[in-house]
Amino acid sequence: MAMATRAAYGKALAKLVQENQDVVVLDADLAGSTKTGDAKAVCPQRHFDMGIAEGNMMGVAAGLAASGKIAYASSFAMFAAGRAFEQIRNSICYPNLNVKVCATHAGITVGEDGASHQSVEDLALMRSIPNMKVFQPCDAEETKQIIEGIAKIDGPCYVRLGRASVEDVYDESYLWQPGKGSVLKEGSKVAIVATGMMVQESLKAAKEMEGIEPTVVNISSIKPIDEELIKKLAKEHEVIVTAEEHSVIGGLGSAVAEVLAKEGSGCRLKMIGLNDEFGQSGKPKDLLAYYGLDASSIAKKIQEIDL
Amino acid sequence: MTELEQHALNIRKNILTMVYTAQSGHPGGSLSAADILTSLYFEEMDINKDNVASQDRDRFVLSKGHITPGYYATLCEKGFIPKEELKTFRQLHSPLQGHPNMNYIEAVDMSTGSLGQGISAAVGMALANRLDKNDHRIYFLLGDGESEEGEVWEACMAAGHYKLDNLCGILDYNHLQIDGNIADVVGPEPFPEKFEAFGWHVVEVDGHDFESLAKGFEEARNTKGQPTMIIAHTIKGKGVSFMENNYKWHGSAPNQEQYEAAMKELGGE
Repeated sequence: MAMATRAAYGKALAKLVQENQDVVVLDADLAGSTKTGDAKAVCPQRHFDMGIAEGNMMGVAAGLAASGKIAYASSFAMFAAGRAFEQIRNSICYPNLNVKVCATHAGITVGEDGASHQSVEDLALMRSIPNMKVFQPCDAEETKQIIEGIAKIDGPCYVRLGRASVEDVYDESYLWQPGKGSVLKEGSKVAIVATGMMVQESLKAAKEMEGIEPTVVNISSIKPIDEELIKKLAKEHEVIVTAEEHSVIGGLGSAVAEVLAKEGSGCRLKMIGLNDEFGQSGKPKDLLAYYGLDASSIAKKIQEIDL
Repeated sequence: MTELEQHALNIRKNILTMVYTAQSGHPGGSLSAADILTSLYFEEMDINKDNVASQDRDRFVLSKGHITPGYYATLCEKGFIPKEELKTFRQLHSPLQGHPNMNYIEAVDMSTGSLGQGISAAVGMALANRLDKNDHRIYFLLGDGESEEGEVWEACMAAGHYKLDNLCGILDYNHLQIDGNIADVVGPEPFPEKFEAFGWHVVEVDGHDFESLAKGFEEARNTKGQPTMIIAHTIKGKGVSFMENNYKWHGSAPNQEQYEAAMKELGGE
């Protein structure tokens, strides 16, 4: 089955808001797109539309959290993590308040809207704030578990969600744990460490490659990151390849590089992502291909590595 | 001297001592707001040692988060901060951070400091009280210079839209900001028309007259279906002649001679 993580978010939140009376939802005039509209439909009294005013929305979410609520606040990643960065930093993270920033339309697969709406810096921004935890699910099941799971985490969380439909990776037998990565395919020599929809692209790439059977790992918990798993991958492989729909500066690639550098690991690292560049308008599929993020591009880049 | 006047005087002395001791902090706006804070904490708000740990009380957000000398001195006067601790203001490991942190002081209801953000949090608290059917009120203190932040008007729009009559703002209208007179810097006035346009009830009071302040708060409590902004006309640096109406005392500390002169004026040692 295929479903966008934002759609899975909408469903999970609509369930959660009915089950947990402490949950409140905020949106900034994008409830139809972020899918918080699903929660509004079943619980309008605990859904607050703040209008096109993301900074205020984050501050209001902080005030609700300071009153004992668990506030889920949504907008596009560009305007949540980008425009409201300082409100998230000062009003939410500094006082360590229980706000879950669930940002949709992350990355270039926003598509036709173009670079102004394609956040490829949000992981870098959110990862750098003390107290903030950063998660990016790859499919519907993982989204559901993350949305439910963060309600039980006391403190701020950032969840990065996508616009485009993605194939299922997991079924109900999967158990998401914050701080843990998930090995999807055991291989050798090369380990692809991917996040978000790059997980599906990496699994496809692994099938396309000739002569290489890479390990494929999903890192949905970007902060805290599974240091033990990354160290283990470094010991057992010659090259780690990170894959993310985000700038190679400050995102998953950087987080993995930090672990490898601290460990003094000799394992090589190749980062696949946006190379310090903006996106542009286009169909998601065409954009992924152009920026070298689709399965074929990933396979090609890995086969070019001198092993 | 009335009880309120005595509290305000003690607060003013502690403001000067804290800023002098730390050689850092914001005396001008602390002094302009000293009577507002006194009126809030000693007359208007339902907050005391017995209910401070609960949500079952009125809450206050210092949106103009830099006037911690005034805020901490008020919380000290109320018994929420030990007097000894005032000496640690702005020093390493002190709970009395340069700008307030809600996790270090029980009576502090929101961490603030970045202008424009406290008002949004106050809106969130007012929404939460309404959801919880908690009749207690949410107060916040806004700077006139602070109103230059766009977020203030985003928050005003939301509070007006959601008809938050459990929310009461006080504008410390002292006319001065760091770079000079607010009218010269960028001109955020006129205030009453702006707040009214955003759906607020507006009351204008003398921010140094307890009777006037009390009347304003009473009118706010009796106003239904919309939030109230109390525009408090104040004097920056109020109480210390050489600090009054001088923007240079926004964020600078007195030297020994100035400190002694200021304390003498206030009738202190």
